[in-house]
Amino acid sequence: MAREIDREQVRRLMEQRAQIVDVLPAREYGEEHLPGAINLPLRRIEAEASQVLDRSRPIVVYCADSA
Amino acid sequence: MPTEGTNTQRPRLIDVVRRDVPTCSLDERLGDVRDRAIAAGWDACVVVSQDRVVLGLLRAKELQADPQLLAERAMRPGPSTYRPFVSVEEMRRTMTERNLESSPVTTSDGKLVGLVRKQDVAAKRPPDGAG
Repeated sequence: MAREIDREQVRRLMEQRAQIVDVLPAREYGEEHLPGAINLPLRRIEAEASQVLDRSRPIVVYCADSA
Repeated sequence: MPTEGTNTQRPRLIDVVRRDVPTCSLDERLGDVRDRAIAAGWDACVVVSQDRVVLGLLRAKELQADPQLLAERAMRPGPSTYRPFVSVEEMRRTMTERNLESSPVTTSDGKLVGLVRKQDVAAKRPPDGAG
């Protein structure tokens, strides 16, 4: 189940090998993203998430307003 | 948080925003708001709700109106707001095109971060090669 988390929780999850997903378009992802973030633009997320992401690990999703 | 990418060196509004901008509520008298702004060294004030959602803006011109007016009557309602991650370069262009002297910077849910002023945007230049 999805829930909103803060910066400190993101840091902790990153240390625990969570998958960090940036849903911005590729151009914006290229300009700036969190280290190790996977780029999965919003319009592709439904089609590709199950192929790209590991469901056994935590997943953190962010966009520009949470950067 | 640290980031990577081609754009990480460009200054953003978060680098120039003035967090010390005075704020007031809708039901404050303009005269009281003006006195408080002047005392703080400002000629502007942001009108906010109890949880700091931006409702309006009082610039120098609005602050000179009838001091008995309530902020709600004198303010410019619903000003355009910008996010902290917007580049200074983009904001400089926007301010020129729209003839803006200042604009509120807010979170995605409209809560005030601070005020960005034209002179602060003009003064902040990107590192060499990053413009």
